[in-house]
Amino acid sequence: MATLKSLRLRIRSVRSTQKITRAMKMVAASKLRRAQERAEAARPYAERMERMLRSLASSVGGGGGALPLLVGNGNDKVHLLIVVTSDRGLCGGFNSSLTRATRLRVAELTRAGHQVKILCLGRKGRDQLRRDHASLIIDTVEGIERGLGFAKADEIGQRLTAMFAASEFDVATIVYNKFKSVISQVVTVQQLVPFRVAEETPAADAGLKAIYEFEPDENEILADLLPRNLGVQIYGALLESQASEQGARMSAMDNATRNAGDMINRLTLNYNRTRQAVITREIIEIVSGAEAL
Amino acid sequence: MVDGKVNFELVSPERLLASTAVDMVVVPGAEGDFGVLPGHAPFISALRAGVIDVHDGGKVTDRIFVADGFAEVTTERCTVLAGEAVPLDRIDRAQVEKRIAEAELDLRDAANDQERARAERALDTARALLAHARA
Repeated sequence: MATLKSLRLRIRSVRSTQKITRAMKMVAASKLRRAQERAEAARPYAERMERMLRSLASSVGGGGGALPLLVGNGNDKVHLLIVVTSDRGLCGGFNSSLTRATRLRVAELTRAGHQVKILCLGRKGRDQLRRDHASLIIDTVEGIERGLGFAKADEIGQRLTAMFAASEFDVATIVYNKFKSVISQVVTVQQLVPFRVAEETPAADAGLKAIYEFEPDENEILADLLPRNLGVQIYGALLESQASEQGARMSAMDNATRNAGDMINRLTLNYNRTRQAVITREIIEIVSGAEAL
Repeated sequence: MVDGKVNFELVSPERLLASTAVDMVVVPGAEGDFGVLPGHAPFISALRAGVIDVHDGGKVTDRIFVADGFAEVTTERCTVLAGEAVPLDRIDRAQVEKRIAEAELDLRDAANDQERARAERALDTARALLAHARA
């Protein structure tokens, strides 16, 4: 049986762990609020960008100067997966569920005879994927979380545009955790290049469509707008992922705090029992010692 | 929608900067400035670095610098998607000068055409910003 002293030390150590997890939960909660606000604030731009793209795409139609970023370059061979994870751990299944989805996707694409390249945004994704897909990872971008701004997302977008122009990939897909609620994040796979215009209820603004004038012409605006849209899409994914990460960390830390509490209770019970047993034994020793006289 | 007004919206990737009903907006289009009054023909334009003037109640109520972006105009609204937007009275001279210096440095160190083009764009934007700060 454990000695009293070792039990006391155990309790103390679990208690200090609990303090840490509780503090981390608080921090995650406040970061989550900020991340959510940011995601909220970025939404109007994305919405309007999409509206503009839709009317542009419908007016360009299948027209002659169709742009590769919009319709693809005719190939379907090299797939680029952009995997958005966090730089830090201690956030439950946040990163593992994402890398699992990525692995499945890689297997699926390879089976279909495609070549796969992986771009990791976030350190944890690289760490986990390196084990069996090390040769596919072309690069990792770290430290996105600190001071995440549109500029960073746009930089990645420009890099993708350049890579696409150099035919380093044919199809780009982003894999990220979409924020659903604090306890639930949904792994989302979204195609970035060629850009898919969401088919939305045409009745909604059919009256407004196709009567726009453009300055300069459609193709030039599209050529300008599409790379920027790439940045916007990535920015949106990064914001979602960040909110999800904080949500996941919050619930993971909440669980850890609760588990530590349970453990302390169990250990305390054990400690008290042991203490009583020791006292009882001492009394018996004294009594039987006196009787023997 | 308020009668006789244009719904003016200015959004940057990070947030919605303005959303008001005004009399007229003058936007720096890529091929010349254009004014938007209620009932303007539907229209999409690229923007160049310049200043958006917001007119309301017979005077200019807001002057905002935009680096680049796009404007979408319909009969009742004018939506500007700006890459970067700063109100004129909040441009910080010292900061802009620092940006110019940095962009010049980037331009000098540019290793390939892409980097050079990006640095040039940054430099042009920063210079345009400075020109308006002085005015």
